[in-house]
Amino acid sequence: MNEKGISLAQLRQRKTRQTAALFLAPVVILLVVFIAYPIIDTFITSGYQWNGISADKKMIGLANWAKLIKDTKFWTAFKNNVIIMVLSIVIQIPLGLAMATFLDFGGKKLTVFKVIWFIPMLMSSVAIGFLFTYALATNGGIVSTISGWFGGGNIDLLGNPKLALLTVILIIAWQFTPFYMVYFMAGYTNIPYDVFEAARIDGATRGQYFWKIALPLLVPSIKSAAILSMVGSLKYFDLIYVMTGGGPGTSTELMATYMYKESFKNFNMGYGSAIAGGMFILITMVSMITMKLINGKQED
Amino acid sequence: MDSYKKSRRKSIIAWIIAFVLAIGAAIVSFMPFVFMVLNSFKEKFEMLTKGVFQLPDKLNWSNYTEVLTGGFGNYFKNSVIVLAISLILLLFISACASYPLARFKFKMAQPIYAIIVACMSIPVHITLIPVFKMSKSTGLYDTIWSLIGPYIAFAVPISVFILTSFMKEIPREIEESAEIDGCGKIQMFFSMILPLSKPGMATLAIYNGVNMWNEFSFANTLTQSAQNRTLPLAIWEFQGQYSMNTPMIMAVLTLTLLPMVIMFIVFQDKLVKGMTAGAVKG
Repeated sequence: MNEKGISLAQLRQRKTRQTAALFLAPVVILLVVFIAYPIIDTFITSGYQWNGISADKKMIGLANWAKLIKDTKFWTAFKNNVIIMVLSIVIQIPLGLAMATFLDFGGKKLTVFKVIWFIPMLMSSVAIGFLFTYALATNGGIVSTISGWFGGGNIDLLGNPKLALLTVILIIAWQFTPFYMVYFMAGYTNIPYDVFEAARIDGATRGQYFWKIALPLLVPSIKSAAILSMVGSLKYFDLIYVMTGGGPGTSTELMATYMYKESFKNFNMGYGSAIAGGMFILITMVSMITMKLINGKQED
Repeated sequence: MDSYKKSRRKSIIAWIIAFVLAIGAAIVSFMPFVFMVLNSFKEKFEMLTKGVFQLPDKLNWSNYTEVLTGGFGNYFKNSVIVLAISLILLLFISACASYPLARFKFKMAQPIYAIIVACMSIPVHITLIPVFKMSKSTGLYDTIWSLIGPYIAFAVPISVFILTSFMKEIPREIEESAEIDGCGKIQMFFSMILPLSKPGMATLAIYNGVNMWNEFSFANTLTQSAQNRTLPLAIWEFQGQYSMNTPMIMAVLTLTLLPMVIMFIVFQDKLVKGMTAGAVKG
């Protein structure tokens, strides 16, 4: 009786596993073909000197990696990625939080602000890149025109190596701040209305409510927003590739734009693979460290 | 009473400052679009001779008609085909994978789920060269079909993540009663779980749909000829053609934005919610 019971349970277990395998198969195959295998293949290709087209593929061992470690252009690109990451968090998250707070305090009457603020999210990064290339043109761009109204001259933001990166960061902020606004608005709806009411009855001003009650309750949302922003910044590509292509000089070069140009413009697929591999390792490291730092204590 | 008045005055001042800043932010958000739409109606040199914020002499639709007759429809068609096929396949296979991960008890469930979700932070660029090579060797290079595989693969992790947590919320009793009626697991999926997961799938459709519609890296790498490219690259092609004709580019940009604006007007809150679906706590 007992023995039969066990084997029946085992039979059920095996049946469950088979059904699970059947359901999981398409996703697993797809991830292996388009993500796992390519990652391995990138590391293999990084051991060759190869232009991506011809059969002439020369095994050069770790030479590409040795070159990468000494490549100042790559480290400048990484530094730019980190600058974008830090400034994105510093600019977008407080702004998004301020907007969400304003909308939460103001209620339904302020929906018009919500709609207008959200509009940049509707545009693709590529389209935004093109739009701002023209909107910030030295001659006949928005900033130059406004500077003209106040008697100033034309301003070249994207062509100036000192200002280009900052300009791009502000455009990224223009695009993504609405995302964090919506995100924090969702955070606010998770705070029960009673909490707000109780605080107000006890005589707290809105300012006190925000700093003493809402903000501490929003800390988890802020943490995950920071993680999202961080991972996104390190992978950044589209907008900068369209607007500056990494220039002028290397002032807006990112790991992804550098990798793309080396691989598909200069046809150094071997070295391009090494850059991609380096990028992968750095992103994995940075995100693991940051997630540990931010989430470390709550992990179960 | 006095302190009440004082705090009331302070609150009014705070609101005024907040409003001024809010209007400022709204102007900054909106100004580039004014620039775009206004100039798209101008003639080639009108923008240079007059200021950029000057209203156009007359509503000049010629830029739009030229763009629309210049192959814009073909880019649009390519984008729609890629989007429709990728999205349908994505939602189906993600739902299939999420079902056992959410509702079966087996040892490997947790590790498999963790690996799939970890794929979320993998940058597209590490796969670019190998996927490019694959598309060459399978003969799919420079066709819209080469985009479908990578689009689905990179959308799978977030989709499985969201759908698994969605399916976990479906009450157990539904399944138990069906099991007593002799309903198998596969049948259960199609008759119960899949229909009940529709709201989660709708959110995912919006989130991934927007991303796929705007995707650039793979589209730029895996296609080459103008007739096989998708909408985000249309701007690129048109810019090559009309580089000095800013109003024409503005017309192209306005047209690429239009489908999203229509979606936004029709589905407002759903779209906003869907587009930020990636922001679930990870």
